[in-house]
Amino acid sequence: MGSNMAENHPVGFQWVMEARERGARIFHVDPRFTRTSAMCTDWIGIRAGSDIAFLGGVVNYILEHGRWFEEYVKHYTNAPVVISEEFADTEDLDGLFSGWDPEKGKYDVSSWQYAGMEVHGAAGQREEGFQPTKGEGSGHGGHGGGLKHGEPPEEDPELQHPRCVFQLLKKHYARYTPEFVSETCGCSAEAFVEYCDAICDNSGRERTGAFCYAVGWTQHTVGVQYIRTAAIIQQLLGNMGRPGGGIMALRGHASIQGSTDIPTLYNILPGYLPMPHTEAYGDFQSYMDANTSPTGWWGNFRSYWVSLMKAYFGEHATEENDWLFKSLPRIDDDNSAYWTTLQMLDGKVKGYLIAGENPAVGNTNARAHRLGLAKLDWLVVRDLVEIESAAFWYDSPEIESGELRTDEIPTEIFFLPAAAHTEKDGSFTNTQRLLQWHWQATEPKGDARSDLWFYFHLGRLIKQKLAESEEPRDDLIKALRWEYPTHSQIQEPNAESVLQEVNGWEIETGEFLDGYPKLKDDGSTVCGCWIYCGCFTEGINQTARKKAHWEQESYVAPEWAWSWPANRRLLYNRASADPAGKPWSERKRYVWWDEAEGKWTGLDVPDFKEDKEPGYVPPDDAKAEEAIAGDHPFIMQADGRSWLFVPQGLEDGPMPTHYEPHESPFDNPLYSQRANPRRQQFERPENPYNPVANEPGAEIYPYVATTYRLTEHHTAGGMSRTVPYLSELQPAMFCEVSPELAEEVGLEHGGWATIYSTRAAIEARVLVTDRIPSIEVQGRKTHQIGLPYHWGTRGLTTGGSANDLSSIALDPNVHIQEVKAFSVGIKPGRRPRGEALPAFVEQMRNRAR
Amino acid sequence: MNLPEVVRRWPVLRQLREGDPLGLGRAARSRRSEALKPRNDAADHVVQSVCPYCAVGCGQLVYVKDGEVSHIEGDPASPISRGRLCPKGQASKSFVHSPLREFKVKYRRPYGTRWEELSLEDAMEMIAQRIIDTRAASWEEKTEEGNPANRTMAIGNLGGATLDNEENYLIKKLCVGLGIVQVENQARI
Amino acid sequence: MLDSYGTEAKERVGFFTDTSVCIGCKACEVACKEWNLVPEDGLVWTGESYDNTSELGANTWRHVAFIEQGEPEVDALRWLMSSDVCKHCTHAACLDVCPTGSLIRTEYGTVVVQEDICNGCGYCVPACPFGVIDKRHLPRQDPPALPLITKKEDGRVWKCTLCYDRLKGGHEPACAKACPTDSIQFGPLDDLRERAERRLEKLQAQNANGARLYGNDPDDGVGGFGAFFLLLDEPEVYGLPPDPVVTTRDLPGMWRTAAIATGALIAGVAAAFVGGSR
Repeated sequence: MGSNMAENHPVGFQWVMEARERGARIFHVDPRFTRTSAMCTDWIGIRAGSDIAFLGGVVNYILEHGRWFEEYVKHYTNAPVVISEEFADTEDLDGLFSGWDPEKGKYDVSSWQYAGMEVHGAAGQREEGFQPTKGEGSGHGGHGGGLKHGEPPEEDPELQHPRCVFQLLKKHYARYTPEFVSETCGCSAEAFVEYCDAICDNSGRERTGAFCYAVGWTQHTVGVQYIRTAAIIQQLLGNMGRPGGGIMALRGHASIQGSTDIPTLYNILPGYLPMPHTEAYGDFQSYMDANTSPTGWWGNFRSYWVSLMKAYFGEHATEENDWLFKSLPRIDDDNSAYWTTLQMLDGKVKGYLIAGENPAVGNTNARAHRLGLAKLDWLVVRDLVEIESAAFWYDSPEIESGELRTDEIPTEIFFLPAAAHTEKDGSFTNTQRLLQWHWQATEPKGDARSDLWFYFHLGRLIKQKLAESEEPRDDLIKALRWEYPTHSQIQEPNAESVLQEVNGWEIETGEFLDGYPKLKDDGSTVCGCWIYCGCFTEGINQTARKKAHWEQESYVAPEWAWSWPANRRLLYNRASADPAGKPWSERKRYVWWDEAEGKWTGLDVPDFKEDKEPGYVPPDDAKAEEAIAGDHPFIMQADGRSWLFVPQGLEDGPMPTHYEPHESPFDNPLYSQRANPRRQQFERPENPYNPVANEPGAEIYPYVATTYRLTEHHTAGGMSRTVPYLSELQPAMFCEVSPELAEEVGLEHGGWATIYSTRAAIEARVLVTDRIPSIEVQGRKTHQIGLPYHWGTRGLTTGGSANDLSSIALDPNVHIQEVKAFSVGIKPGRRPRGEALPAFVEQMRNRAR
Repeated sequence: MNLPEVVRRWPVLRQLREGDPLGLGRAARSRRSEALKPRNDAADHVVQSVCPYCAVGCGQLVYVKDGEVSHIEGDPASPISRGRLCPKGQASKSFVHSPLREFKVKYRRPYGTRWEELSLEDAMEMIAQRIIDTRAASWEEKTEEGNPANRTMAIGNLGGATLDNEENYLIKKLCVGLGIVQVENQARI
Repeated sequence: MLDSYGTEAKERVGFFTDTSVCIGCKACEVACKEWNLVPEDGLVWTGESYDNTSELGANTWRHVAFIEQGEPEVDALRWLMSSDVCKHCTHAACLDVCPTGSLIRTEYGTVVVQEDICNGCGYCVPACPFGVIDKRHLPRQDPPALPLITKKEDGRVWKCTLCYDRLKGGHEPACAKACPTDSIQFGPLDDLRERAERRLEKLQAQNANGARLYGNDPDDGVGGFGAFFLLLDEPEVYGLPPDPVVTTRDLPGMWRTAAIATGALIAGVAAAFVGGSR
């Protein structure tokens, strides 16, 4: 679900095909019948943006029919935990959870806590809500502090307490019946029940089932909660931490996982350590207290953080100066990419550097982004080709329409050619957390350089220029450790030396560390990313290991590259054994307790303290990982369990709820609260929203649009519309529509269509196909329109950008845009040219008023 | 070519000599066909690489001849991909050799109507200076509420998911040092 | 003809394209072009489902067909995908009609156009019962100096070589190597035929789904394909001839007729000489 794996991860899909050939049942639940659907044993067509209704229905089915994996749920999840008396569900409050503050538009999450828990901080801090990890409390770092020791204060092992998580879950999803699913998603109730049965039949001791998803799940205003719903199912069915189980995120860029682990993201430092926040923490001690969980592996937060500061600032970071905490930059709640775009439009952002990204095509409301770029003082674009983001000032829809004039755009632009992957050393982290080294094959030509070269020399130049500065603001950059050996004529920095810093070493001996348990909080170790510690041990680049799979005994292939953490291939794998440490079944054995040896062993590196017995009970004063019991596999959580109910870490609710997309032609069948109340909206002239549901004018944009990729292209096209052999395979922007819709609006197969929202209009060739069938939702015939988003004005093949149509409306946890479900109108024929284009958009907008 | 060779290659003689009277097999084989070898065999060296497109992380073998990539195909040793590649991965050589690739710095001055040439050295120097100046002009030591800020909100950096871990590491590190907090990549987009 | 290679002869190899696992990714099309330096063939959007290649030709040696079937409300949708290629026929008409000796049967039993011999006469083009072999109407590009484009039109015929050069180096053809799901399998033809039979049995035991082999029978009109298929519907659905026949089937008879005519001609000429000497 939420993934078109055969099309977008074809080589990964070989394993799915192999599973199918061995008899696995493979379902594809998707608005479109895609190349993936064609290969699966079953396809269920649903309305784009209705997945939580579908998955919530599965949760209800499991609970209703007693299909949950009892022993797993009771021991490994927080099902037995009793939740605070103050908690109220969406079922009680018509679509809101307790703690909603309509003025701030946020939740105070204190009522979502485990009952009997001391709420972190005193009254003064209550105002901020219970958000110890503000800024990155959500998304990546929500690991749950607050527990005094590993065990929640109040539990009901029989799962009968009316406020225990299990009962709350039952109540929350009770209305997600097969009929509700059918009405909301537009699939048949029978097909849905068949799906439920299949997934339940393929779970338990002897079998496991897996979910594969991609941005079809994440790119919604409730994106995080989509994945959370799948997580609930997998916990109830006992499919986490076990071979053949899990939830597989299929990521779309070579190192998108790496750029999250070693983030080029505003809100985290390497290894998911939160950036200091302008409001949340105050002094160093408060920052430490807020982020150090007394129990679980986050109990060692200080070691990870201090070692990072030693990597960043060397001898300048000391215990006395709080490791330079005071000088570090602070973030606000949201300084994400879209927030930056809006700041550009307001003239507040003056300079922008773009490296290997094409926001003028790839960002939602790409038009707003182009308008933003046209307001900058200066812009640096680094890419292999001259992409739209570098050419917007003379080649863009706005130049064509006259909205922008080249000689009126103040932006100074530097286009710097970049080196290809074959022209530099380095590592990518793939979708399975595997760090794989790629070696340089040839020298880059002309001015082409790696980004390592660019940022290293840029930093070197800036440091040189500021070396004599006495401005306090320059203290930190002066303190930055910035010495990397270079080689070759162009002075390319040594990529391995950077990886060594990422791995870290002991300062006194200079020896590389072999894993994060070796990190110290006293400044005696250096480590650029704690979860990557061990990737360069014993002087060996572990990521460059390329032992052929046929030379390795185990199918796990541990000697191919290196995965974080600790070369562990399957996270939380202690859950592959029962509470007593025995494999759930012989068929599904993976990691187990070896009684004779007194340690955990198996096919993988156990994700558990090696000698911690299954029966271990932590003493009351235990800290960090010592506070996790021997039968609690989820060691990053403060209570060692997986969370069916999330007491903290999420902005928009402890349990996923079906909300309509921000721009949906429908009302929420469950509540008067139509869409996610906590979603981020930015209504302004560059980002207006379509009228929705029953609002007047909604009929102007009556269809559900969804964007996607094709096998033959890559994202915003910079790496595929520039390649002849790929361009010829999909040489034009097109839209996919059903025969009914074509009939309804008079679209001709092979002809042209103009697709419009209140923000923009684009044109596309028309592909009429049964593969995007019209469906019945809430008693109404609904048409969906499929839009690949690869095209722009540059390259060998050019065309309209689907992202011009969609809006900036974001998930509140991770600030991701909703482009997998939004509303549009469509009409036959090519779009108006020149000035007539904005006039047309305006005309439709007025009609919708 | 010496005469006996010409005679030896004379089709009728070859057909008779090589037991191929119809001349549809060995006797008809041209000199090129006889000498044919896969060009990978002539590569100067081969390096193990990773596909630059999606995050499956398929193994690639990059063949190099005379300092140029002569071919890219799947690395059979990879337990992930077993030597296979999708159309994009398979097109990697054409990507590296794209007819649209740029090898010169291009500069567009404010309000300019065309690209101009600029040396890489000058470009680096100018970019460094722009960052320093913008940062100085926009430095926020404290927020309006008086909380520490230590940052510039006038500069942003976008990109990373297509880059190497090492590159991402340097970007984030440099931006922290400079107080640039608006650092983002495709993971959110 | 394979006999002509004596000890140089290799086991006959070919492709078994199992369309029941084809995901339509077109990696085969690109792999083929990358390896064989086949030129880009124009940026034409066809509207034929996801197929913008349309057919095999001089610049397309692998072609993935996309066939959309069924109506969602009546029955299950099916989206057939199949990677087509030169069949490397046992009885190859293109080979028979080639007057220059450019087309040969290689030591691997494959049928190859020798680009250094072909003079572009084009006799082979109508001879092929599948419309595979085709003349290239693009500027001539002589590898390895790829960027040096001469103005002269290529004019020669081109088609799949089953990666003759790779075979000689002991490597499998580029398309088969790339294929993510092993839909394209390469190997000794006898092995492939056996494998295909087993695969067919398995599919038929499961749910038939219209599965059938195409071109595996050595007794068919072309003596069996060197590159054969497992299809999920009638060959016509994929744009393949249901019952292909080698177009030079009557050639031996024609040779006899020609021989008689030639004999008569020689006799006539001889008579003329004899007469003339009188």
